[in-house]
Amino acid sequence: MSDIKIEGYEFKPGFKGMAKDTSSDQTMFKGVHWGKAMMWIFLLSDTFIFSCFLISYMKGRGSTIIDWPNPSEVFGLHVFGVDVPLLLIAIMTFVLITSSGTMALAVKYGYERNKKMCGWLILATAIGGLTFVGMQAFEWGKLIHEGVRPWENPFGAPQFGSFFFMITGFHGTHVSIGVIFLFIYAYKTFAGHYDEGKRGWFTTMKGDYVEIEILGLYWHFVDLVWVFIFAFFYLW
Amino acid sequence: MDKTKKQEQTSTHKIGIYLWIWGLLFVLSFFSYMVDWYQFQGMLRWSLILFFMFLKAGLIMAFFMHLYWERYALVNVLLWPMTAIACFIFLMVAEFEYTVFTRFFYFVVGG
Repeated sequence: MSDIKIEGYEFKPGFKGMAKDTSSDQTMFKGVHWGKAMMWIFLLSDTFIFSCFLISYMKGRGSTIIDWPNPSEVFGLHVFGVDVPLLLIAIMTFVLITSSGTMALAVKYGYERNKKMCGWLILATAIGGLTFVGMQAFEWGKLIHEGVRPWENPFGAPQFGSFFFMITGFHGTHVSIGVIFLFIYAYKTFAGHYDEGKRGWFTTMKGDYVEIEILGLYWHFVDLVWVFIFAFFYLW
Repeated sequence: MDKTKKQEQTSTHKIGIYLWIWGLLFVLSFFSYMVDWYQFQGMLRWSLILFFMFLKAGLIMAFFMHLYWERYALVNVLLWPMTAIACFIFLMVAEFEYTVFTRFFYFVVGG
């Protein structure tokens, strides 16, 4: 990560190093794989998309004069004869954090070239993501059954439905795409593509464990977005 | 032999740090759920939600996404654009306050 060495180039820490890196020859992000830099740029643009959704939700909720539905009741579950507020959302949060942790470990074991551990951890991450999407689908089904629509709902301000479906739907799409890629990468890890340096489908880049880190960045980002959705949509 | 071992240690981080961050994320999520469980209201609720949210987001970005170990050239490119989002939030807060004011005003006074 930061222990790179380039011959004839002196790495300086902090802002001085930043000025030197930025004004230097060839590459600005020294020692950062191009795929990783591009993933970061993509995630930055995705941050703006999700921010726009959350900001429009803020504006919609702030400017309506009808009471906003109480999320802790709307998303509550009735289990064993007790009403538990936000139960499903809490479980979803823990599942996503668990999968984020397994992904972080997969990246670590990947860099240690521990093929088996890396592959199993990616698989565990994929299953966590799949569980999350499944619970999301259950939640959508429950709310649709209760009469929540993008234009109306029985709980309060009619904007609630459109923001809910738009924000969680977009996040769920990200999770689903991530799960597909996690399964592909688990296969590629077990098949040894990263040990042999086998090329991928759309790239001339030789397979390397840095790809696991790039996928990991995407997956952690999905978790990061959920942190904000959880705080602003479900808890606020 | 000694040299390679040293290099391995610097290029990946010890498993302990990931497990610690993982555990912290669980605890913080649990706390933010407790905010809802105990039905804190008003400023206390909002500040607690924001506090736990930023702590969780910071931990994920710094350690799981390795930003803490990246060079400043990358970190600054990623974090400064967030000020644009902050500006947008301030603009839209002013906007919804104006909208809700006009709505109340004309519902009471009439068109």
